[in-house]
Amino acid sequence: MKKEYLKIDKVIGPLIEMSNVKDISFGEVVDIKSSDGAMKKGKVIKIDGDRVIIQVFESTSGLSTGNSSVTFTDEAFELSLSKDILGRVFDGLGRPADAGGELYTRKKYNINGRPINPVARKYPRDFIQTGISSIDALMTLIRGQKLPIFSGNGMTHNELAAQIVRQAKLGEGANEDFAIIFAAIGVKHDDADFFRKSFIESNAMDRVVMFINYADDPIAERINTPRCALTAAEYLAFEQDMQILVVMSDITSYCEALREVSSAKEEVPSRKGYPGYLYSDLASLYERAGMLKDKVGSITYLPILTMPNDDITHPIPDLTGYITEGQIVLGRELFQNNIYPPVNILPSLSRLMKDGIGEGYTRKDHPDLANQLFSCYSKVQEVRALAQIIGEDDLTETDKKYMKFGKAFEDNFISQGFEENRDIDETLDIGWEMLRILPKEELNRINPDMLDEYYYI
Amino acid sequence: MNKNGTITMINGPVIRGKNMANFKMREMVMVGKKKLIGEVIILDGDVGTIQVYEETEGLTLGEDVLSTGKPLSVKLGPGMMGNIFDGIQRPLLEIDKMNKDFIPEGIGLISLDQEKEWEVEFCVGEGDSLTQGQIFAYVKETELIRHKLLVPPGKSGVVISLKADGKYNIEEVLVVLKDDGKEQELRMYHEWPVRVPRPSKLRKEIEKLLITGQRVLDIFFPLAKGGTSAIPGGFGTGKTMTQHQLAKWSDADIIIYIGCGERGNEMTEVLEDFPKLIDPKSNRPLMERTILIANTSNMPVAAREASIYTGITMAEYYRDMGYHVAIMADSTSRWAEALREISGRLEEMPAEEGYPAYLPSRIAEFYERAGYVEALSGEEGSVTIIGAVSPAGGDFSEPVTENTKRFVNVFLALDKELAYSRHYPAINWLDSYSGYIKVLERWYEENLAEDAVKLRNKMLELLFKENKLQEIVMLVGEDVLPDDQRLILEIAKIIKIGFLQQNAYNKDDTFVPLEKQYRMLKIIDYLYERCRSSLALSIPISQIKSQKINDELIKMKYTVPNDDLSKIDEIKEMIDNYYTELEKQYLV
Repeated sequence: MKKEYLKIDKVIGPLIEMSNVKDISFGEVVDIKSSDGAMKKGKVIKIDGDRVIIQVFESTSGLSTGNSSVTFTDEAFELSLSKDILGRVFDGLGRPADAGGELYTRKKYNINGRPINPVARKYPRDFIQTGISSIDALMTLIRGQKLPIFSGNGMTHNELAAQIVRQAKLGEGANEDFAIIFAAIGVKHDDADFFRKSFIESNAMDRVVMFINYADDPIAERINTPRCALTAAEYLAFEQDMQILVVMSDITSYCEALREVSSAKEEVPSRKGYPGYLYSDLASLYERAGMLKDKVGSITYLPILTMPNDDITHPIPDLTGYITEGQIVLGRELFQNNIYPPVNILPSLSRLMKDGIGEGYTRKDHPDLANQLFSCYSKVQEVRALAQIIGEDDLTETDKKYMKFGKAFEDNFISQGFEENRDIDETLDIGWEMLRILPKEELNRINPDMLDEYYYI
Repeated sequence: MNKNGTITMINGPVIRGKNMANFKMREMVMVGKKKLIGEVIILDGDVGTIQVYEETEGLTLGEDVLSTGKPLSVKLGPGMMGNIFDGIQRPLLEIDKMNKDFIPEGIGLISLDQEKEWEVEFCVGEGDSLTQGQIFAYVKETELIRHKLLVPPGKSGVVISLKADGKYNIEEVLVVLKDDGKEQELRMYHEWPVRVPRPSKLRKEIEKLLITGQRVLDIFFPLAKGGTSAIPGGFGTGKTMTQHQLAKWSDADIIIYIGCGERGNEMTEVLEDFPKLIDPKSNRPLMERTILIANTSNMPVAAREASIYTGITMAEYYRDMGYHVAIMADSTSRWAEALREISGRLEEMPAEEGYPAYLPSRIAEFYERAGYVEALSGEEGSVTIIGAVSPAGGDFSEPVTENTKRFVNVFLALDKELAYSRHYPAINWLDSYSGYIKVLERWYEENLAEDAVKLRNKMLELLFKENKLQEIVMLVGEDVLPDDQRLILEIAKIIKIGFLQQNAYNKDDTFVPLEKQYRMLKIIDYLYERCRSSLALSIPISQIKSQKINDELIKMKYTVPNDDLSKIDEIKEMIDNYYTELEKQYLV
């Protein structure tokens, strides 16, 4: 028998507090009916004696302490899933938001998931070609990897993500068994529309599942949006054996929602007011990517976050970088110089690429070439700093070549068209072409034999 | 034993119960119908606060809290080596067999395999008087590790009965001791509370190098057996890589690797790689000397706090058998954050950046468990701690790094700039230090070369000078510097690229024997001295600098085989020829 309570003690932001309630569980979902008949969902986040604190996933405006009814459902927050979710659009809580109607299935999944046992994981090693030179050569994406895009406001991260989604070779051969899950967390309507349009244009819409929480939707709903998306991803990957690419934008909105709820709960804040458990909380999202030993499917995860003030040491990118397997960092300066995609390669990194490139995976010269490009481009930065002080004319001959290399590298290698899809051979060949600008003895990161083979003039 | 409390508050991993007056502080408890494992952390009248090591969702008010009567402990006995455990010593492989792929809650307390039979070989007889910590039997745990069964600390007596040599599982009673009329049973394992350091006979001085095969460590910033070190670095600077390299190549007998709040795939990588890696000394897979403890970042946060203690207790146990144990904690920052998270939920008054005020004392307690000791058994053993630190924003002035610095002797600062230019290991030679140089001086003299430390100091000084000069170069360019300073720049470049950079993916360069490390540095020094004497003859630097020789030195890590150093003599000859020839031209 479900009990209905009619008295709310307090409403503070997204939280409500009640007393004199019995037999409730931690994490239980509640239905709240306000006096004007609107139904809202919430979740128990703290129990202390007979007092409970409930986090409401929708706006609490319109709730009154006297005239609302609260029912405890005795269930955790679950998402109904079946293969029919492909091609559908849901709201931030996983309710259908298109004209497709309800989903008929008995399969319900707790959106919090469970931690993957590290011994059950399969170490990701399969190279995914994105067709974007800077990524393929220097921060290679591996199937089952979590690789965030660190961007800033106004930069072209959405275009980059859309290009990756369009070009990435996820499945083997026929590409039949892949799907894309897109979660919009507090994004602007036009950003969400941009993605929808780009999915339609690339004819992928029937392989896409969208979970959308707009910037003007309630913030507490935002906390569940990525979890719904990842639960759907786990279902498709590990029960339906599909290759899944999860794209999420924007993690910064998610963290801000978390901070807002935390401060309403009067928790002790940590850096910049974010709760002390931000790391664990983000990890509970990011760590859901991966592959399992006994399953065919995989979850590759591309979260997008905008760094407040382009500051990579801000808690959100900082903690993210500690959890994810590398990062793709977009640079403001490149962006202002009209370079697309504006990937700043120096702070960018893919931790898994070392095992997914080279002989048998991409091409044998790939690891050394990547290493050398990083090292030369880092030297370019030093030379540029020097040139600013003493003037370009006074540089040594070698340094002048570095200047030339830097420019050519940015214009021909990093920069490419929104529609341009380069395969890995083409990418590596352009890389060599760039290196040939420099004298051979400067290339000390490359195995001498390899250098003889590829550095021909 | 059957004491029951009742849950009155739930807040994430922290719960509170009433009717708990008979519970003890730090006691292990089972919470709710699912019997989640927890630990009492505060007692106030009959209200107890418990941190729960598993997900608490679904827990209901009024469910029971069961007492177990003992503190959070680990079972110490055969079966640990080569295994992987979670933060409270539950075997992850077993859990995976029971529940495919994902870790559920309420598995209960399981640890060592109770069924498996081990071949026991006794070394005591009936009537022998045994003291605490004494070895009474041997078990071959893996091909590499002979497990010595110890009389648990605090127990002693005369053997009144014992089994014959043969196969037993860990639960069987092997020896019965009689002490003051009381009988005590010894099994293959004993339990030990994780938060209590195991006793030893005496702490000895630190005087042995922990050989790692990593040039920047062994020569410039050495670790010592029984010592402490910290590796701080922002993300992407290679903390985990460095830890993995140490786990693979350091000459400790046993490695305990704690993945504390880190990535799941990193543990998987260790699990996939280590069984394939062959220990050069014994020709056996490295996994046979390794214990893994995994609390990945998405596993419950309270168990993260415990994982560090579980690991160090196991380390001390093997130390007591007379082994040299190295323990890698990756990363202690996640452990400190777990402390902070729990402290926050307890609504304690925060100190710096929300960390509890007791953070420094907890860090000190942990690092002080390292040491080189004479164990109760009379054997010599050591525990070396190598803790990774992940400073927020890469800023070394944050509380965890600051406080860690106070309690460790070796500080290996990883540097973002070096990592960006792919200089690995990205250990910054300007900010790092090792407090063991002095105490190891004798060891170097006896085991490597008379002048090893002197050479090291000279080269380090050169690097410091180079750093100063670079500031000038940034302003006015290199050309205006006097020749002797330009020489320093050239030599420093060779040290940086040829010596400090080490390629973990190259099969020769991933581990370099000490002898070769020394010879490499020595030949760089030789070049420096030859160049200096040429300079003294007023030969211009443009003539002195030979790109060919420089390249040869930079490449010697690849071209000189680890087991044949005669190639270095050839390089020396080449240097001699070139400079003798050059000087001849100018002398005439």
